[in-house]
Amino acid sequence: MTHVLEVRGLSKSFDGVHAVRGVDFDLTEGEFLALIGPNGAGKTTCFNMLNGYLRPDAGSVRLRGAELIGRPPRKIWRMGVGRTFQITATFLSMTVLENVQMALISHHHRVFDLFSRATRLYVEQAMALLELVSMQDQARRACSELAYGDLKRLELAIALAHEPALLLMDEPTAGMAPSERIALMALTAEIVAKGGVSVVFTEHDMDVVFAHAHRILVLNRGELIAEGSGAEIRANPLVQEVYLGGGTSFVQEGAHA
Amino acid sequence: MLEVTDLNARYGRAQILNGVSLSLGENEVVALLGRNGAGKSTTIKSIMGLVQQTEGHVTYDGQEILGKPSHVICRTGLGYVPEDRRVFGDLTVEENLEVGRRAPRPDAPEWTLDHLYELFPNLRERRRNLGKQLSGGEQQMLSIARTLMGNPKLVLLDEPSEGIAPVIVEQMAQVIAELKREGLSVLLSEQNLHFARAVSDRAYIIEKGAMRYEGSFADLDAKPEVSNAYLAV
Amino acid sequence: MGFYFAQLLTGLANASSLFLIASGLSIIFGVTRIVNFAHGSFYMVGAYLTYTLVTMWSGSVLGFWGGVILAAAAVGLLGLVIELTILRRIYKAPELFQLVATFGVVLIVQDVTLAIWGAEDLLGPRAPGLDRAVRIMGEPIPEYDLALIAIGPAVLLAIWLLFHRTRWGVLVRAATQDREMVGALGVNQAWLFSAAFVLGAFLAGLGGALQIPREAVSLQMDLSIIGEAFVVVVIGGMGSVSGAFVAAVLISVLNAFAILVFPQISIVLPFVVMAVVLIVRPYGLFGKPGSEHGAPEEPDQPLTLMSQRSAMVLATAVALLALSPAVAADFTMILLVDVMVATLFAVSLHFMMGIGGMVSFGHAAYFGVGAYGAAMAVKFFDFGMLPAMVFGPVCAATAAIFFGWFCVRLSGVYLAMLTLAAAQILWGVTFQWQDFTGGDDGILGVWPAKWASSDQVYFYVAFVLCIGGIWFLRRAAHSPFGYTLRGIRDSQTRAEAIGINTNLHQWMGFALAGGFAGLAGVVFAFSKGSVFPDSLGIAQSIDGLIMVLLGGIHALAGPIFGAVAFVMIEDWVTRLDYWRFIFGAIILIVVLLAPDGIAGGVRRLLRAVKGGAA
Repeated sequence: MTHVLEVRGLSKSFDGVHAVRGVDFDLTEGEFLALIGPNGAGKTTCFNMLNGYLRPDAGSVRLRGAELIGRPPRKIWRMGVGRTFQITATFLSMTVLENVQMALISHHHRVFDLFSRATRLYVEQAMALLELVSMQDQARRACSELAYGDLKRLELAIALAHEPALLLMDEPTAGMAPSERIALMALTAEIVAKGGVSVVFTEHDMDVVFAHAHRILVLNRGELIAEGSGAEIRANPLVQEVYLGGGTSFVQEGAHA
Repeated sequence: MLEVTDLNARYGRAQILNGVSLSLGENEVVALLGRNGAGKSTTIKSIMGLVQQTEGHVTYDGQEILGKPSHVICRTGLGYVPEDRRVFGDLTVEENLEVGRRAPRPDAPEWTLDHLYELFPNLRERRRNLGKQLSGGEQQMLSIARTLMGNPKLVLLDEPSEGIAPVIVEQMAQVIAELKREGLSVLLSEQNLHFARAVSDRAYIIEKGAMRYEGSFADLDAKPEVSNAYLAV
Repeated sequence: MGFYFAQLLTGLANASSLFLIASGLSIIFGVTRIVNFAHGSFYMVGAYLTYTLVTMWSGSVLGFWGGVILAAAAVGLLGLVIELTILRRIYKAPELFQLVATFGVVLIVQDVTLAIWGAEDLLGPRAPGLDRAVRIMGEPIPEYDLALIAIGPAVLLAIWLLFHRTRWGVLVRAATQDREMVGALGVNQAWLFSAAFVLGAFLAGLGGALQIPREAVSLQMDLSIIGEAFVVVVIGGMGSVSGAFVAAVLISVLNAFAILVFPQISIVLPFVVMAVVLIVRPYGLFGKPGSEHGAPEEPDQPLTLMSQRSAMVLATAVALLALSPAVAADFTMILLVDVMVATLFAVSLHFMMGIGGMVSFGHAAYFGVGAYGAAMAVKFFDFGMLPAMVFGPVCAATAAIFFGWFCVRLSGVYLAMLTLAAAQILWGVTFQWQDFTGGDDGILGVWPAKWASSDQVYFYVAFVLCIGGIWFLRRAAHSPFGYTLRGIRDSQTRAEAIGINTNLHQWMGFALAGGFAGLAGVVFAFSKGSVFPDSLGIAQSIDGLIMVLLGGIHALAGPIFGAVAFVMIEDWVTRLDYWRFIFGAIILIVVLLAPDGIAGGVRRLLRAVKGGAA
């Protein structure tokens, strides 16, 4: 099996405090990998180093052998990394469809085109992407009017516009109803299964993690403390202590209520 | 004590609340459940006078407060703890508390610095530190303490367990229990059903800006389809 | 050695005056998020009032200092009146509206001051007891300068104590960070804002009052100080009082020495320093990220193509305009050319601000460079009209490319301030480089080619260039280029995340807007036959902002309505006495009554009419 992503010795400190220290992991082609841990464990820092928003103090991140560290986010995107945001970031003054069209316009290097009508470009491809996330009915709505869960789905459509090899999803299901969560993650799983794309995601909802992740990495105080399948992670006493809690900490156990 | 009737709220063109009604009695802890974007925060902010476009009625002790500026609402005895904590980062812990300080009210318990430091020992140690130097959990504590400095009778707690580690969430539960013991009423918005169940007397569920459920947690447990449909569990 | 020390002391004395006015500006911005253009007016009124009081109580020490304090207090009161009647109603409006409103106040105060004190410069008395010079290291130093050097730090200390040792100060500092939260904790923000505004106005009045023994009181004091005060606030970091102090010292002392080497530098030096500081520290010396934006705005609605009916109306208007030379008189032709020039200028500014989200306080720079480029091409290279008309916009775009490279690295108020700095630098160079630009005398004899010399023919030249330019920019707004620009404005994070080079794109947007402003400048130069430094000045930049805001920033048609209305009103009003007062009042009325501009007002009216019919 080939590795899409190889992360080695990733480290970052802020004001002398280690936010992330010596993180190593690989991502196999077609894998669905979850990164979990308590708040402040370094998940977001880790993520931001993968997608180029933060420059690590040390370490390397290779996408199919090509080094990502030192490249700006837009270059990393062009190399085939798509992402969704924890706090959604979309173009609020545009329609849903236009948001997807923008990703396609950029992908086809047409952002400097001064004469075409932007709204007439790549309409079919954009609609197809919206259909993929079941948003086609809302294509003409203003993005500023969308419900939160729909924004998340829109972000997924945008992230898939350039057919990425790697998809980075930061808390993809936060704020969605259980049925929606299941649908979104099942959809993501389906896209992964079709091949071509692998996913790394962070998530607080352990149901989502245990239901969908092929493999789980647990971060605590900037270091990887555990790695394995859902059952292994749940049984890990260290993970229970620092994150999952001993049962009194209100984290949901297993199946749906 | 607090009565919300047919509350509508909008941001620009988007209608967020659609005829929300709820009530809260003396010394009662009530949870407002619902997922992100359901309208929990908007309900709380509307009660606090922080939403521009609102219609309906919000009465506190029989007095209409909807449409009044937030500082007036605060002075009637409501305290607000925002979901994102909103600690003043460039002020010290003590200065943060000073901003919240208001004269004691005859009908509500009076909170002194010492009493608050007893409840939140971390804050005493860090009283000379700047707000931005605190951890997320400490900021949440400071935000609550700051509101208590205003000696409120009723506290609106917006998502107290959001984004903090499960260990701190356990402390939060104790704090809410303490507030109830002191005789305060609490309206808290929550996504975490289990946390809400542990600290509150009863619950409302809001979805798409309208109330979908009102009742006890026991009843709610008997209707899994309700929590499945409306809650992020 | 003694001479250099004397220069240092002069610099420090200047720093004190500058600090007083800048600290007030910074406090007001910090708490209310208003960029207060009227701050220079407070300074000026403080000086005039002190002049009157001090001459009345001439001679006594108590009379002088009593007059200073009383005048400053009166200015504080004036600030309170302005805050209560105007600003309190627009705290939630977009920041540019607030800026334009305060500029309306500037105009009104100018004419009121003119009516009360007259147009003559007034020379006040020296400070009794401090009217001599002492010798320090052999150099004569005015005693009054030494007093000023002491007053600056004393005021800084007083402000510091006020902010850190009183409950009011803690509340103000809290409000600087999160106004809404302070309100939710039971503090009446309205009075907090008023108090901060009064304090700021008091400090500005004090700054003006203390200038009496040092310079003549004149009607130009307001706008001459405001540019520098902005610079000090920006260098120090918006909202930081100690930053303002450090910046005032930095600029004044640098200036005191720089003029020894290069006497002309004082006009541009502060702006050069600001440009350098902002490039190294994008939020100023003591500023913080996030301090650059005012009140959050609601997102725009998606752009839609014109409805058929609107397109018909537009086509009819353009056709009528094209046919107007057949019926209209010559002076109307000239006015119509002015309207078209103003419209193209406003549309180019809107492209940058409305579409690109880059607010410019110095867009006139590119208008002026276009005009000067064409004029100099005619004068020095014997260019014909048409080649000069190409050369001008190229110059403007080149200048925009140069300054834009720096500007797009910043955002919000800081970006706006850097554009202002760029415009002031260009203005300073134009003003002082006599041999090349003619300085204050401008360049004369920039007439159209013979074939285009009649008003009718030149009208058509202007028509083709301006309407063509407007059409092109509208087209660009709907193109992928314009959409990308809007996307970056909406969310830089998202734009980066879909592979857009945001800096490069904004830079090109800046250059395009600059180039078309230059085209407007060229048409303007040939229609007047001359160019003057005014065409790059602050007033011209603000005219552009008023046009955009008058029309409404959220609509593509906004700048067109705004420019037409602006030129018409200006043409009518400037014939009247006290036109500044009337114009200022009009601005205030528009801002208070139609905060979404003419286009927004028309749209609301249409909706109301339609709603009524249905």
